[in-house]
Amino acid sequence: MATQLGQVSSGVGSAPDETAGPTLPTPVKKRFTGGATTVIVRRVLGAIVSLFAVLVFNFFLFRVLPGDPARKLARNRHLSAEQVMELRRSMGLDQPLGQQFLTYLQGLAHGDLGQSFSKHMPVSEYIGDRIWPTVLLVGVSTILSIVFGIWIGIKGAWQRGSAFDRVSNATSLTLYSMPEFWLGIVLLMLLAGNQVGLGLFPTGGMHSVTPPEGVLANALDVAYHLFLPCLTLTLAYLAEFSLVMRSSLLDEMGQDYLTTARAKGLRDLKVRRRHAVPNALLPTTTLIFLHFGFIISGALTVEIVYSWPGLGTASLEALQFPDFNLLQGIFLLFAASTIIFNLVGDLLLGLFDPRVREA
Amino acid sequence: MTADATPAVRRSARSIVWTRRRRAFARNWKEYRRNREGLIGLVMLAFFAFLALAGPWLVDPETTAVITAPGRPFEPPSSQFWLGTDEFGRPILALLIEGARVSLMVGLIATVFSIVIGTVVGIMAGHFGGWTDTVLMRVSDWLLVLPFLPLAIVLLVILQSSSWLQISPVTAIAIVVGITSWPATARLIRSQTLAVKSRPYLERARALGAGHWHQMSRHILPNVMPLVLANTTLTVAGAVLAETTLSFIGLGDPLRHSWGTTLDGAFGSGAISIGAWWYLIPPGVAIVLVVLAFTWVGHALETVLNPRLQGR
Repeated sequence: MATQLGQVSSGVGSAPDETAGPTLPTPVKKRFTGGATTVIVRRVLGAIVSLFAVLVFNFFLFRVLPGDPARKLARNRHLSAEQVMELRRSMGLDQPLGQQFLTYLQGLAHGDLGQSFSKHMPVSEYIGDRIWPTVLLVGVSTILSIVFGIWIGIKGAWQRGSAFDRVSNATSLTLYSMPEFWLGIVLLMLLAGNQVGLGLFPTGGMHSVTPPEGVLANALDVAYHLFLPCLTLTLAYLAEFSLVMRSSLLDEMGQDYLTTARAKGLRDLKVRRRHAVPNALLPTTTLIFLHFGFIISGALTVEIVYSWPGLGTASLEALQFPDFNLLQGIFLLFAASTIIFNLVGDLLLGLFDPRVREA
Repeated sequence: MTADATPAVRRSARSIVWTRRRRAFARNWKEYRRNREGLIGLVMLAFFAFLALAGPWLVDPETTAVITAPGRPFEPPSSQFWLGTDEFGRPILALLIEGARVSLMVGLIATVFSIVIGTVVGIMAGHFGGWTDTVLMRVSDWLLVLPFLPLAIVLLVILQSSSWLQISPVTAIAIVVGITSWPATARLIRSQTLAVKSRPYLERARALGAGHWHQMSRHILPNVMPLVLANTTLTVAGAVLAETTLSFIGLGDPLRHSWGTTLDGAFGSGAISIGAWWYLIPPGVAIVLVVLAFTWVGHALETVLNPRLQGR
């Protein structure tokens, strides 16, 4: 969150060159000015290196830093030295560190994230159960916030300084300064609570206690439960997209080609729809991919408020137990997906914007 | 150089510099005063700073202790308790005043970590270029990509459970937020360093035999300082939010009140189903106000110090 706040003020306009390497014109580096393929290969290689770095980081964080896990397990039980040694051998801890890392990589390659202590099942299986509610929640609210955010951004930039612009700008900034989960708490209390609220919506979960019969009725039941967490997240993401869309459209509006289009006699509306907006959309849409980490962080806490049965509540449970294997499995999944989404965002931006491709 | 430097009095270089600095400050302040939001933000910050500093005199520690709490559980706001009481009968207002200290302190310490690391890395990357630049920027890009909250959770859990590092949860949060938020600063400082690097006065300094340390500390740092300052206020805003989120998840210090742990307590005690709005709303409002104030001040400083942004 800390980084995102900084970016709104200073990094928005320069989003394309985030990963474009050195910004100075360096005529010496001729070998990097190859075609689009070279750039794609470089980006993919970079992502692979990042992924590998996450694996090493994860391994060190959980296997090396906290100290000996076997001793930790044995701390509260009366185990003899032989039993501890046996435990260490069964966990592979008597192997040299390099060998342990290889075993860990081998396990990962087979999709083996270890055993969850608190859930008594393999971590990968448990994550597989909990991932879909999160995908549903994040997906729906991201799409909604993009649609509304872009619309607000366009309207605000085009009527810059108008009442709409000022109100939407102030609202966006306030929403931006708000912890997502607090927004969730307030909405929950006002719309779902029985005491001071209207009691319109369920207070948590994804299904009713007795789910209704039939596919359609069941889907409606889920949608009914989805409404409040989805509204919260949409509002939380909205600010980001509308502010970025507004500022990138404002950047576009100073360009000469718009003056030309107007001078040709095109109507204002057409200039906006066909000329300015498509160009301004580019940084905003790729931003969705580049800010995937921000999207995930928001979803985690909002899930907790609405006890939505996704990965956010799963990480809270893992944290309270504490179940290190589950925790590192979830972290690995989030980190890997963020890196992949960033790669997709970079490649898309290169595909659509020739200026980035050249860089 | 200036009109009032009377030729009769010989002035030391130092006094000339100070006159110039005072003038620049007065000019910038005049510019800053024109920014309404920046002024409001400054007043709000002064108010919260007062609350945080005067907290020990405003609040009797007994009123926020669970055993000696003065009220009954979940009392709505009254003339005795302006913001009502929590599940132990402690006045919410007292909790908020105490929380201001921890929340702001964590925000500031985290920002110091983040700014120091970010500035050092950014200046080194920009100044040395080449391999140093490539390696430092790859590391910061990598950290920038990782999702903040999962990363912070994982780091905090490890820090708090590791047996060889004994630090309080509050310090741990500050360290983790600092570690995860420096890359943005580093990128900003690096690009500014690159812009400064090619200026003639640095070439002159090099020609006169200035070493790397002298160039970086005497010529580059003073030039990127204004940017660091503006960035600092924005980083504090982010750090306060981060502290709130992490405390809400239950990673805060159970023995000290911050706005985040107050919200955690409110959520955990079922204040929502009871309808205790006086317990849930005020901490959030305090957070929003502080974050908004820091953001406004940061933007105002940016417009004053960065002429290109003026009029936007």
